[in-house]
Amino acid sequence: MTVLAPPTISRTGQAAPRPARRRRSWTGWAFVGPFMTVFAFVFVAPIAYAIYLSVFRTRLIGGTSFVGLENYQQVFTDPQFWSATWRVTLFLLVQVPIMLFLALLVALAIDSGRLYGKAFFRVAVFMPYAVPAVVATLMWGFMYGSRFGLVGNINDTFGVSLPDPLSPDLVLASIGNIVTWEFVGYNMLIFYSALQVVPKSLYEAAELDGASQLQVIRSVKLPAIKGALLIATIFSIIGSFQLFNEPNILQSLAPNAITTYFTPNMYAYSLSFSGQQYNYSATVAIVMGILTMIVAYAVQLRGTRKDR
Amino acid sequence: MTTHPHPTTAAAPKATPARAPRRAVRRDKQRRSPLLTALTALMVIYSLVPLAWLVINASKTQEGLFSSFGLWFDDDFALFRNIRDTLTYDDGVFVRWLLNTLLYVVLGAGGATALATLGGYALAKFDFPGKRGVFAVVIGAVAVPGTALAVPTFLMFSKLGLTNTPWAVIIPSLISPFGLYLMWTFAASAIPGELLEAARVDGAGELRTFLRICMPLLAPGIVTVALFTMVATWNNYFLPLIMLKDPDWYPLTLGLNAWNDQAATAGGQAIFHLVITGSLLTILPLLAAFLFLQRYWQSGLAAGGVKD
Repeated sequence: MTVLAPPTISRTGQAAPRPARRRRSWTGWAFVGPFMTVFAFVFVAPIAYAIYLSVFRTRLIGGTSFVGLENYQQVFTDPQFWSATWRVTLFLLVQVPIMLFLALLVALAIDSGRLYGKAFFRVAVFMPYAVPAVVATLMWGFMYGSRFGLVGNINDTFGVSLPDPLSPDLVLASIGNIVTWEFVGYNMLIFYSALQVVPKSLYEAAELDGASQLQVIRSVKLPAIKGALLIATIFSIIGSFQLFNEPNILQSLAPNAITTYFTPNMYAYSLSFSGQQYNYSATVAIVMGILTMIVAYAVQLRGTRKDR
Repeated sequence: MTTHPHPTTAAAPKATPARAPRRAVRRDKQRRSPLLTALTALMVIYSLVPLAWLVINASKTQEGLFSSFGLWFDDDFALFRNIRDTLTYDDGVFVRWLLNTLLYVVLGAGGATALATLGGYALAKFDFPGKRGVFAVVIGAVAVPGTALAVPTFLMFSKLGLTNTPWAVIIPSLISPFGLYLMWTFAASAIPGELLEAARVDGAGELRTFLRICMPLLAPGIVTVALFTMVATWNNYFLPLIMLKDPDWYPLTLGLNAWNDQAATAGGQAIFHLVITGSLLTILPLLAAFLFLQRYWQSGLAAGGVKD
C-alpha cells in the first residue's frame, strides 16, 4: 500500500497530480500485460511466421529456397483459390443479409413489449447458439439426407420428389441455412441488448409527437442501434470468409458436392495437411486474411461515413 | 483501512426504484399482439425443431432411424440404451472426449475470461502509454481469419513440441479479442471513475481495489464473456483438427465427426444412432449453462453490450 508523498513547499501546485498519474499509467500495463503477452504468442508470432513461410518454397530437390513474391503470384493465378473465394463471396452476399434481417425482426418484436411470453422467445431463439457447429451440421445434414433424413421421409410419405439439399447445386444454400440457424439468435441478442440501452426519453418524445410503431422503429430504434448493426455485419462477413466447419463436416455426407477447395479455409487446410504444401498454404492464408480485412474495413468505413 | 464509497454512488441505487413505475406504465400501454406473437413464433419453431429432431432420433436404434419418420418416435424406444451404448462404445472413449472438452473449456475459456477481464479493465480505467496502439492492434486482430493463424500456429507448435498435446488447444484459446472488447465497454460503463479515485485517496492498492471493488461490479460482464468463450472453446473444431492426431486428446467435436466419418470408411461400422445420441449429450451442458446463468448474461450484454 503506497501513500502519495506530499509535495514539497518549493513545488508548484501543478506538480502534485503527476506522481499519481504516472503510477496509474504504468499500473495499466500490469493489468493488460498478461493478455498482450499471450496475444503476441498466439496472434502476432503466427502471423509473422506465416509471412516468413510465404516468401520461401520447399522442393524435394533443392530443399527450401527464398522465392520472394512467387507464391503470391501463384495465388493470384490459381483458379481453385478464386473459385473458393467467389463461393464464399456469394455465400456472404446472400446469407448475411438474410440472417441479420431475421435477427433484427425478432429483436424488434421482443423489444416492442407486444409479445406474449417475451422471455421464452428470447431464450428459445438464442438456444441454437449453444449448439456446436459440429452438432448443428450433423443434425441438419441428417435431416437433409434422403436415407433417414426428413427430405427422404417427406418424399416417401407424400409421394413427392423434393430437390436434394445435398446436391452440388443446392449445397451452398443448405450450408447457408445451417449457419443462419446457428447465429440468428446470437445476432438477435446483440441487437436486443443495444435496444435495451436506448434512452426512454426518446420514446416519450416520439409518443408525444404521435409517432406510429413503424415510425418509432425507423426514426428512433434503428438509428440508435446502428453501431450494433455495423459490428454484427462485420463479424458476419469475417465469419463467412472463414467458413470451414460446416462444409468440412458435411463433406462426408455430400462427397460429390463439396470439394477440398470449397472455401478458402478448406483449401488452405487441404494444402497443408493433405498436400504438405505449407509455404503455399501460408500464402493463401495471408492473402485471404488481407482480403477479409479490406472488406471489413470498407464496410466499417461506409458504416461510419453515413454518420456525417 | 476502510474504503468510503463516493456519496453519489451510494445515492444511485435509491434513484432506481423511482424509474420502475414509469417504465411499467409505458409498457402497459402497449397492447399484446397475437399476430406479432404468431409471426415471431415461426422463428422459435425454426430454432427449436432441429433440437426436437435431435431428441426424438436419439431415442431410436440404428435400424429405427431408417424405418421411421424423422420427426416422430419409433416403436422401439431406445434412448437410455443409446445413452449407455454411447458412453461405453470403444472402451468408453466418449467419456474421455467429454473430460478432454471440460479440460479445454475450464483452462482455455477460464483463462480467456481472466485475461479479457484484466485487459478490458485496464483499457477502460487506466490511461497508460501505448493504450491506443494496444486497442487498435487487438481490435484489428478480430478481423484476422483463423486460417491465417492456424497453419503457422500448427507449424510453430510443432517445432516447440506442443502439437498433439492439450496445450495446443488450450494456449490459442486463451485470447479472445471480442471478449476484451466486451469487457472494455462493460468496465467503462459499470465502474464509476469516482469510485476508483475514492479508493485511491484512501490508500487502497490497485490490486485490492480491483479484487474488492471492481470484480463484484464486473460480475455480469465476466459471466457473459465466460459464456461466450465457453461456447467458442466447446465449439472448437478447426484448431483441434489440425493440432491433434491422437484420438485420446480429441474434444467431443472431433470425436463425433470421427464417429460420423466411420460409416464412410471401408469396413467401418455405421453408428449414426450413437452420433445422434452423442450430439444430444454434447449440447446439454452448454444449454444448461445458458439457462441457469440467464440473469447474468442478459444484464451483461445489456449493460456492457455493443454501443459505439
